[in-house]
Amino acid sequence: MTQINVTVDGVSYVDDVEPRLLLVHYLRDVLGKTGTPIGCDTSNCGACTVLMDGVSVKSCSVLAVQADGTEITTIEGLANGEWHPLQKAFHEEHALQCGYCTPGMILASADLLRDNPNPTDEQIREGLEGNLCRCTGYEHIVRAVRRAAQAGAGQ
Amino acid sequence: MTVTAEPAAELGRPRRRKEDARLVTGQTSWTDNLSLPGMLHLAFLRSPYAHARITSVDVSAARQVPGVVAAFSGADFAAEQGSLPCAWPVTPDIVIPDHPPMATEEVRYVGEAVAVVVARDRYTAADALAAIDVNYEPLEPVLDMRTALDESSPKVHEAGNKSFEWTFANGDVDAAFSGAPVVIERNYRQQRLIPSAMEPRSVLASSVGGDVTLWSATQIPHVLRVMLALVTGIPEQSIRVIAPDVGGGFGSKLQVTAEEVLAILIARKLGRPVKWTESRSEGNMTVHHGRDQWQRIRIAADSDGRVRGLSVDLLADMGAYLMLVTPGVPLLGAFMYPAIYKMDAYSFRCTGVFTTKMPTDAYRGAGRPEATFAIERIMDELAAELGMDPLELRERNWIKHEEFPFTSIAGLTYDSGNYEAATARAKELFDYDGLRAEQAERNARGDSVRLGIGVSTFTEMCGLAPSRVLGSLAYGAGGWEHASIRMLPTGKVEVVTGSSAHGQGHETAWSQIVADQLGVPFEDIRVLHGDTQISPKGMDTYGSRSLTVGGMALVGACDKVIAKAKVIASAMLEAPPESVRFAGGKFSVGGGKEISIQEIALATFAAHNLPDGVEPSLDSDATYDPDNFSYPHGTHLCAAEVDTETGMVKIRTYVAVDDVGKVVNPLIVDGQVHGGIAQGIGQALYEEAVYDEAGNLLTTTLADYLIPSAADVPSYVTDRTETPAANALGVKGVGEAGTIASTPAVVNAVVDALRPLGVRDVPMPCTPERVWRAIESASGAAAGSNGGAA
Repeated sequence: MTQINVTVDGVSYVDDVEPRLLLVHYLRDVLGKTGTPIGCDTSNCGACTVLMDGVSVKSCSVLAVQADGTEITTIEGLANGEWHPLQKAFHEEHALQCGYCTPGMILASADLLRDNPNPTDEQIREGLEGNLCRCTGYEHIVRAVRRAAQAGAGQ
Repeated sequence: MTVTAEPAAELGRPRRRKEDARLVTGQTSWTDNLSLPGMLHLAFLRSPYAHARITSVDVSAARQVPGVVAAFSGADFAAEQGSLPCAWPVTPDIVIPDHPPMATEEVRYVGEAVAVVVARDRYTAADALAAIDVNYEPLEPVLDMRTALDESSPKVHEAGNKSFEWTFANGDVDAAFSGAPVVIERNYRQQRLIPSAMEPRSVLASSVGGDVTLWSATQIPHVLRVMLALVTGIPEQSIRVIAPDVGGGFGSKLQVTAEEVLAILIARKLGRPVKWTESRSEGNMTVHHGRDQWQRIRIAADSDGRVRGLSVDLLADMGAYLMLVTPGVPLLGAFMYPAIYKMDAYSFRCTGVFTTKMPTDAYRGAGRPEATFAIERIMDELAAELGMDPLELRERNWIKHEEFPFTSIAGLTYDSGNYEAATARAKELFDYDGLRAEQAERNARGDSVRLGIGVSTFTEMCGLAPSRVLGSLAYGAGGWEHASIRMLPTGKVEVVTGSSAHGQGHETAWSQIVADQLGVPFEDIRVLHGDTQISPKGMDTYGSRSLTVGGMALVGACDKVIAKAKVIASAMLEAPPESVRFAGGKFSVGGGKEISIQEIALATFAAHNLPDGVEPSLDSDATYDPDNFSYPHGTHLCAAEVDTETGMVKIRTYVAVDDVGKVVNPLIVDGQVHGGIAQGIGQALYEEAVYDEAGNLLTTTLADYLIPSAADVPSYVTDRTETPAANALGVKGVGEAGTIASTPAVVNAVVDALRPLGVRDVPMPCTPERVWRAIESASGAAAGSNGGAA
């Protein structure tokens, strides 16, 4: 067991974890933060995307021990009193159906807009290539990210 | 009294969804998020062989691993596990093999469960699988349905590799074909697909004092409850099934799975709750697959393009067993090959074949995408043969808008449609003539990147389904749907639906329908679903049925509430019932005397002054059984750029004009169409489940099985035309339309681009390699080759 210090959605935790424990299982099974879902086991789908020190990572491809000393933001910690512009935009543009990819899609979009606050549609599509959605056909997701960008989500 | 005289306030309004609040904040209850005190975790050991006899299974060492509570092999369940059900015995002599949830004697596909470990956490359970010792005696796999029926083929089951043969014919097919100036025959391959809902399957089972509760990522809590009772012998009243938040289905969660049955049996054996969630790799192997047919289609036409007849001969891969509706899938296609076209005769034959692969079953569209692909592809081939524009050929043959209702040669009565209007609108949005001109110019100069234009003028039968029709096709259940309305004392409304949404947005759309019917605010309505204890009756969600059947059940339930409230309103307003009018949520008798249905709810709760003999309840139940299917249609046009040097296909423009009747929520309809198109594009260009020569699935991950990303699909141009369906809401289904329409539109575009090079077909998925090979093969072959390359 290895001791880690992690801040998740503003709360700090000290835990002893198995070295092989995945970050996503740490979030879900140890901390009970089930807002971050798991969609695959090969880091292709991006459903488990979280922000680690502000940068998007697929939490199924990060060991909990690698998160030692970092600050993690999950979908549960994104709203700050009110919904984040991306949460609002996904709702307004009907950018989700089943919603399983949504936490990862929103956090990947947050990182995308941090890099590029005013992306073109093509840049949005390329930026979200690592996040798969089986319901929406992506049209409304692209619109939502564009809308959030216009609302200043990347500023 | 169905629709009020007031203008409909909610129908057609782009309401933002009620569901979103929990989904965009991570407050979801996916099955894998749930946890019960004392809960244990399951891990399954699965067959590494496509076909083998199990000679021994020893789980004793696994039981010794610290943290392992139990380990079982198939023998441990032999007395109680029953056989997984097939609810659609399509012919009287169909072969339905025994299908134990856990294999006991023989395994017939890679991934079939042979043992299970129960441990305190999922890591321990997975680790302990290595301690299980299974000995197999490998048998010959059966991997190609085209040779599986040969005498010399090894057998999947003792009874042989043929499950059934089902036929349909109408009109004089021989007369239609003999002497026809043009007869074209093609063989199309519907590759095997993996539905790939983003949420993996997950089950949580608990057994307390003989009562079983199963949470499952399922589309069908109600059907599942009945089937679990029949399979396990547990009394139906002791089973509760809950479908909490469910992350997509596309047919893959329209199933009674081995893991659901085994989780219940294990929870019962141990007296503790157990949970299992599949990994994606496990799911790719063991979630039922879709499609997988070989289609031989022949069309006969006059030289002016009039279609005389159609003949279809299918081989359909059932996989190793028949699951819930496995054999029925090709039948759902059988009626759709004639599509929107008039003809004199039609014949259909399907042979269901066993192979040592994962069973196939319903995947978005289920039979209808296959049929639509084949007819729309061969219409393009016929147009090319005749030197006609493919849209002109279609128009020559399609049912004219003034001819509705029209009974097709397959015996379906299409209630409504206007193919001219949808096509005209699509051509306009697409700039059809402009793109044809550009294509001609680029072909003339031998552009290395060719432009192709693909047409798909589709219809489909959905809204499953009239119970009598299902009965006539030997399906095991009806096709009705149920709804109830509970008027709460404060005037708020609880709507209970038997449909079971898993992304469709029923909580929002059903609120809109009830808001209009009862004249109560959208915000005052709550929709409940997906729990057999809360919603005791239902047929669940698949086959684009929820709105056309379930929505109509809502209307019926609202009518009953209004009728009951009217009696009470009449007493309260001191006027005879026949003079009481209901509109906009209010009962009135003129002279300004009125009372709202929400106020009547409170008066009914108090029950102080109800008329004699009137029960103190406005609540109602209604069950709706449609008398026909629903027939959405549309015209989809695809422009694709095909690089003849690399084989790369890029969709440049995609236009979809759909007629789904009246629209309840245009945002939701757009979303369904977009997502459907993307899935159809996936089949056309990217997706295929591939087995190797030993029967191992090679496409076990999302790195190998390529579902499209945002960068792989275009922006879609969508619009709608509208002919109201023959039901009170005027609605048609929309859940599968995009998927049905788009696959042939895309492949027709690819072939259209390459036709000047002699290409007549590119097998799906049209990967760069296959496109390139098709070009190479055509350029190496004699002129007039009928393609079928690669």
